[in-house]
Amino acid sequence: MPGGSEKDVVIRVRGLVNGFGDQLLHDHIDLDVYRGEVLGVVGGSGTGKSVLLRSIIGLNEIRSGTIEVFGRNTDHLNETQWREIEMRWGVLFQEGALFSSQTIAENIQVPLREYTEMTQDLMNEIASMKLSMVGLPENAAPKHPSELSGGMKKRAGLARALALDPEIVFLDEPTAGLDPISANMFDELVKDLQKSLNLTVFMVTHDLDTLRATTDRIAVLVDRKVVVGTIDELRRNPHPWIQEYFSGPRGRAAA
Amino acid sequence: MSTALDATAARASFRMERKPKVLRLVAEGVWTTKDAASLDGQLRHIDLGDATDAEIDGSSLERIDSAGAWLLVRTKREWEQRGKRVGPIKIPPMYDTLMHAVEHEHTAPPVVIHNRHTLEAFVGRVGQSTIHGLKQGVGILGYIGRVTVEVSEAIYHPRGNLRVAALIHQIEETGINALPIVGLLSFLIGVVLAYQGADQLKRFGAEVFTINLLGVGLLREIAGLITAIIVAGRSGSAFTAQIGTMRVNEEIDAMQTIGINTVDALVLPRVIGLVIALPFLTLYADIMGMIGGAVMCYFDLGITIPVFMRQLQEAITVNTFMVGMIKAPVFAFIIALVGCFEGLQVERNAASVGKLTTRSVVESIFLVIVLDAGFSIMFSILGI
Repeated sequence: MPGGSEKDVVIRVRGLVNGFGDQLLHDHIDLDVYRGEVLGVVGGSGTGKSVLLRSIIGLNEIRSGTIEVFGRNTDHLNETQWREIEMRWGVLFQEGALFSSQTIAENIQVPLREYTEMTQDLMNEIASMKLSMVGLPENAAPKHPSELSGGMKKRAGLARALALDPEIVFLDEPTAGLDPISANMFDELVKDLQKSLNLTVFMVTHDLDTLRATTDRIAVLVDRKVVVGTIDELRRNPHPWIQEYFSGPRGRAAA
Repeated sequence: MSTALDATAARASFRMERKPKVLRLVAEGVWTTKDAASLDGQLRHIDLGDATDAEIDGSSLERIDSAGAWLLVRTKREWEQRGKRVGPIKIPPMYDTLMHAVEHEHTAPPVVIHNRHTLEAFVGRVGQSTIHGLKQGVGILGYIGRVTVEVSEAIYHPRGNLRVAALIHQIEETGINALPIVGLLSFLIGVVLAYQGADQLKRFGAEVFTINLLGVGLLREIAGLITAIIVAGRSGSAFTAQIGTMRVNEEIDAMQTIGINTVDALVLPRVIGLVIALPFLTLYADIMGMIGGAVMCYFDLGITIPVFMRQLQEAITVNTFMVGMIKAPVFAFIIALVGCFEGLQVERNAASVGKLTTRSVVESIFLVIVLDAGFSIMFSILGI
């Protein structure tokens, strides 16, 4: 937490190796994510940003290395322990990944129904609260995902990710495909929620404005390794890709 | 480090303190989503008594999340509605922003979940799908008209818009590649038909008429019908899935902006290809079915091949064969048309491809059988 005396590591990645066939994607990556920070993950196309995210949340079988979440090695967890961990994080997938056969309100209630014994009344109240937290109007609740715009789908996806009040939220390209105004609003939303819910945010993104507006630190995937730092530290990094990224025309415009 | 799963350490609880006219709710422990369910019930059943003022004190809470905060806010709102004066909710200062977000930025009523399993909803769905079915019928009829016009134009005024390579590809895909399955199934149908026929006719000592049954049954009706149904399941569904996927990927929109006529490019090769391929497949099914029947007759009834052929010659005429064959192009036209039509109806999401592919198969098999019945009536009127 900013201002905290000792940094509390919620996600610890050590020696992570990932690859497809004989092509190596991650070569012994080390990465720490601290409690209460917003960590941005950037990298060129095909550098394995999403694969890193999916490795941490257990959707991707890793080749070697260890991943610890809340101080527990995710490799050694049994079913119950996995559920306990999964309850404490929320994931927003790229297109929202809302269940298409259910309304937005029902989508938000899926984790509540799965993990708690709440009455339907309480779940309805909570769904309504999550909707206003992510800035969706009341009339979005009875709609089906196909009736919403891309930006609204992402907000609804975020509301579902936040349904259980998780400690960590994983965001996969949250502002991709949004117009600049919606993207700005989404940045502010993430920042607000992060503050009010004291979230740790792990965000894969390409959006330089988002990086500047929301992140505390940035992890850059280059040459199958990861370089971590604040935006100012990274600007001083001599690596050509990082230079090009943060000091290229778009990088300067976002500064 | 508070990394341990310590949620069980301090459970959520609250106690009520009653002073004259003042009711005080003191929340303690960890108020999170996990325990919201049990707190919820208790909070709803607090006896307010005769108090006029109330206080909510959460200042000794260890941790609270938005669900816990909501429970406090809801309790406050409920009490206010019942005419009590409720002071501001006290909570540890680190949760001020959370409390603010829940209390001041959230005023919407709870969401309403409609039960979709009521009788009313069922009747509504039936009505909706009836109207949808009628609209669908009108749509297909219009489409049949359009494609018929385009096909006849392509034939009578060839303007080089028939794509030969695509046409040949379709014939290969729907015709030649279907040979194994059509052949095997027709052979088996022939075997089954011969066996059942022989079994019944033996009682009258009329085994030899099994061959009449086979000849007329297969050539007139069954071979054509079976082939059409297999092709509807195999190629009709493929048409819908292919064209539907192209719609999802916006390929069809891209074609239109480039100025390619989508009927020329996508529908005509498939329709004409299938209209050419299906009669040949039907002929092949006729032959395979007869072979199956002949084999069964030989083993079951001891009828040799020459006897079989002689009896067959007496049983059927060219007309019998033609009646079966004439239906094939019509079935092909309908199957290809429905497949393409449904493909073009796909919306821009992946789920819609699957839904419409199913519908395409069901509709084309339905139409094939209806048409077959129509043909039967027509032929009986014509006396063929």
